[in-house]
Amino acid sequence: MSFAAPYDVQQIRKDFPLLSRSNRGKPIAYLDTAATAQKPRAVIDAIARFYEREYAAVHRSVFEISEIATRRFEDARDRVRRFLGGGDPREVVFTRNATEAINLVAASFGRTRVGPGDEVLITAMEHHANIVPWQVLCEERGAHLRVAPISDAGELPLDELEALLSERTRLLAVGHVSNVLGTVNPVREIVERAHRRGVPVLVDGAQAVPRMPVHVGELGCDFYVFSGHKLYGPSGIGVLWARAELLEAMPPYQTGGSMIASVSFEKTTFADIPQRFEAGSPDTAGAVGLAAAMDYVDELGLDRIARHESELLAYGTELLEAVPEVRIIGTARDKTGVISFVVDGIHPHDLGTVLDGEGVAIRAGHHCAQPLMDRFGVPATARASLGLYSDREDLERLAAGVRKAVEIFR
Amino acid sequence: MTDLRELYQATILDHNKKPRNFRVPEGANREAVGHNPLCGDKVSVHVQLSDGVVEDVGFQGTGCAISTASASLMTQAVKGRPVEEVLALFDAFHGLVAGDPEKARSKDVGKLTVFAGVRDYPVRVKCATLAWHTLRSAVLGQGKTVKTE
Repeated sequence: MSFAAPYDVQQIRKDFPLLSRSNRGKPIAYLDTAATAQKPRAVIDAIARFYEREYAAVHRSVFEISEIATRRFEDARDRVRRFLGGGDPREVVFTRNATEAINLVAASFGRTRVGPGDEVLITAMEHHANIVPWQVLCEERGAHLRVAPISDAGELPLDELEALLSERTRLLAVGHVSNVLGTVNPVREIVERAHRRGVPVLVDGAQAVPRMPVHVGELGCDFYVFSGHKLYGPSGIGVLWARAELLEAMPPYQTGGSMIASVSFEKTTFADIPQRFEAGSPDTAGAVGLAAAMDYVDELGLDRIARHESELLAYGTELLEAVPEVRIIGTARDKTGVISFVVDGIHPHDLGTVLDGEGVAIRAGHHCAQPLMDRFGVPATARASLGLYSDREDLERLAAGVRKAVEIFR
Repeated sequence: MTDLRELYQATILDHNKKPRNFRVPEGANREAVGHNPLCGDKVSVHVQLSDGVVEDVGFQGTGCAISTASASLMTQAVKGRPVEEVLALFDAFHGLVAGDPEKARSKDVGKLTVFAGVRDYPVRVKCATLAWHTLRSAVLGQGKTVKTE
């Protein structure tokens, strides 16, 4: 497909085998991409091809196929670097997912940099993955977790955030895009303000990388994490991108094979970055699949995907707002990808079950963001989330299903 | 495929809208809290227990239609019954919603058969049984928070 071609979503949907199956006897309207994205044929085939033709241990053996496998794995690392606009593949560490990448930073960077009386700053809209590791670290180190508040619209007032940056702040951890509110946080400006005070910034990009072009150099951040499975890649592979000088100074996260330079019973010396952070046999097929996913979305163009999702977001919002019982949670000016909402008199789980019966797949619950639910005074919400393959019909069926639920529970 | 109307029977919708015994009985001497971390639902069950009999029972909390109606119908079903019978009823009810016909037949569950449709929705079994787990904890005097996960 050439760059100038129109965005033909019906053609694109054919790339995703799962979208042609049914859900409870009806064609599936998959609106749960923020939880996990469906996989294009190109990713599935790349993984199969790797296992069928190129699979062997990496960074170990001397035979030809092992060399090929190693090259594929390291090519994938460089593909990630290019995807993020980074300058050095050594700055890319493969993890299981974004959660593990954050845990790595908390355990390695956190444990050496955060001490008694220090502070870690997060925001009120974080996913549990970007709350709990910091909370546990602070408890262990006798440090304090600070939380930047958000507005009723679900935006971060930057002056209030900046006011919470103190001489004791050792790290600011912030989501790029909220998985519940869809808010796009102004990461570049946040990083500027934090750096002015000498505070490094970790960005949780799990919801951002599938929806917009991300360039770590332009953002200026110190750590950027995401999961492959939300980027149309396989589950079980994730990425920590970190500036090389930070990684160089960080102690290992896990230890064992693959991450050593030499081992004796008296003393072990560790490998250079990034291997130092990749103990044990890595998910090579996952890395290959992730690289294929990046090729796929880059060919479509992330700016075009962003425009497509933005149009659908406006359309879906309009359809749901036309239902009097619906209240949308998260109305940030810069918003993408997800519509969280509650329906008067209907628990989100009941709504989810009614929609399921209509073939419409959404998420209902706290979305791993319980403090955020408390902030908006709801136990849970329903969430419809968009992907590059979503279309207007998906949203029309969502709205029709919501109206049906209102009828049932009237 | 189960029709939604089979899951959301009129009785369930009615008890969801107007929960019975949605209160703390004055003479309550046992209580427990139940929590479903999956959906954030919370229920507390309050029992007036005397000589091994559930003299009075009520509940409080928020939840989906299945969990609210289940708590409501449960309070009606167990009021005035001895603890052993209540536990046997829970066992049979569990069999009904989890799709274990042998257990389901072990005792007549009466009106609770309206929850039979839940067996086609395995994720919702926890909604239907949250109040029951909590009641069991209350009457057995365990008194700690019950979690469905």
